[in-house]
Amino acid sequence: MSALEVALWSLLKFAVIVLGFVMIVATLLTMIERKQSAFIQNRVGPNRAFLWGKGFAPRLSAFVGQIIADALKVLVKEDFEPPMANKWLHRIAPALALIPAMLVWLVIPFGPGPVPGAEGHNYFLIADLNAGVLFIFAIASLGVYGATIGAWASNSLYSLLGGLRTAAQMISYEVTLALNLVGIFMIFGSFQINDIIWGQGHHIGGWLPMWGIFVQPLGFILFLTAAIAETKRPPFDLPEAESELAAGYFTEFSGMRFAVFSLGEFIGIIMTAAIAATLFLGGWQIPWVETPVDATGNPVLGWITVAQVGFFLLKVLFMVWLQNQIRWTLPRFRYDQLMKLGWVYLLPLSLANLFITAAVMYALA
Amino acid sequence: MATITVKRPDLNTAEKVFLPEVAKGVALTTRQLVKNLFGRKKDIATRQYPEVKKQYPDRFRGRHRLMRREDGQVRCVACMLCSTACPANCIHIVAGDHDDTGIEKYPVSFEIDLLVCIYCGLCEEACPCDAIRMDSGKHPMPSFSRDKQRIRKVQLLDEGSLSIAKQGGTHK
Repeated sequence: MSALEVALWSLLKFAVIVLGFVMIVATLLTMIERKQSAFIQNRVGPNRAFLWGKGFAPRLSAFVGQIIADALKVLVKEDFEPPMANKWLHRIAPALALIPAMLVWLVIPFGPGPVPGAEGHNYFLIADLNAGVLFIFAIASLGVYGATIGAWASNSLYSLLGGLRTAAQMISYEVTLALNLVGIFMIFGSFQINDIIWGQGHHIGGWLPMWGIFVQPLGFILFLTAAIAETKRPPFDLPEAESELAAGYFTEFSGMRFAVFSLGEFIGIIMTAAIAATLFLGGWQIPWVETPVDATGNPVLGWITVAQVGFFLLKVLFMVWLQNQIRWTLPRFRYDQLMKLGWVYLLPLSLANLFITAAVMYALA
Repeated sequence: MATITVKRPDLNTAEKVFLPEVAKGVALTTRQLVKNLFGRKKDIATRQYPEVKKQYPDRFRGRHRLMRREDGQVRCVACMLCSTACPANCIHIVAGDHDDTGIEKYPVSFEIDLLVCIYCGLCEEACPCDAIRMDSGKHPMPSFSRDKQRIRKVQLLDEGSLSIAKQGGTHK
């Protein structure tokens, strides 16, 4: 394929994946999260904005109506800009927060690609980078700029405090986040996400799928903890602690800019879920189901492929649900507790996990 | 100053590790989620207000109403006891001569400013004629202007009903 064709194909895939899956799930999440929290707390949640009246499927009518009403509301709200704010930084900050969350989807495979080492094309992946996981970290750590620049540019003390907290928290937890994936690299011997998922297709002792969660259980827990901290959601929502800082780093944002910030947060949740599903839950692998492969090492597309893509999406949705459930279960940490948890407990634990992994691999080899 | 020593509960190992407790918490919230979403017996405490209203107790002091005589006239004799007793000064009565010498006076206008009323019930206690009552069981209504919150004799009588308590006049 020529460079132009590659670019067009990638754009098309990006549009399908980001607009067709990520954005839709993120939009639904705004409502699903409110409903989920409501049922957890013995409430009913929003149920009044009927789209087509109460006659046919009133719950669905209220569900869709609420989403559309919210979208219309943020679109027509006043876009307030603080008079002393830095105009340009204040304007681009929401985009800076949203774009990294969307770029990560470049390297997340939704379906099977060629077996490791074989030449071929993965139809379910935008860019098969050989440093896929490192790319995720490079992009995800850019997310801190959106929040910090937005906070700094608003020229408000609440925002500034929120921005400082964001920077400190995200940089602290990124260390743990990255270190816990090193164990995965060691076991599967590759940075390439496609190879890692193929590696997770094996079975330990013939029955236990060799998923990241089973070979790195401690790593998974530490990863999930750090990842929730990265998405700035409770119990790690210190950057926007509404009882202390109004709304933290996006205090001075209103209307669509505010909505873009929260959309970026929701996409961040789905992104975290996708990374966890890819690296720890076996990606598109269905346990005990062999992926059919032809002679050149490329997967044979068929009903199994459809099931695998569906299974991957199910895993992503499960991780999204789990994050939401944790978010509505735990109260917020105090700021010193957050830092202590990150540096005193999580970091040494992930280092210990690394050493144990190395020792076990050496013993088994 | 005296010092109070707060006895903190000793945490066991599972609580110190924190993760088992997190798992327990997630299990609890999940149980509640599943129960409220799919369960037959739900724990939801929300009342869908405009459709489902709460039954107030019998002695609830709601919006005022003016009672009627047997012939449908207002029972109020404009004695001003209620507006005198009113601590918020929200009752405004203009008295007029009644044709029946046994009754003497009747209210030409009877206005209650609901925005000022504190719903203390002193007016109905002060009334010697059982003319004003607060047992309608209704809330003060919402409206778009202050003027609509001053309810007048006609509206008060609309809520009213016949009272059979003894009163002066030819209709004994």
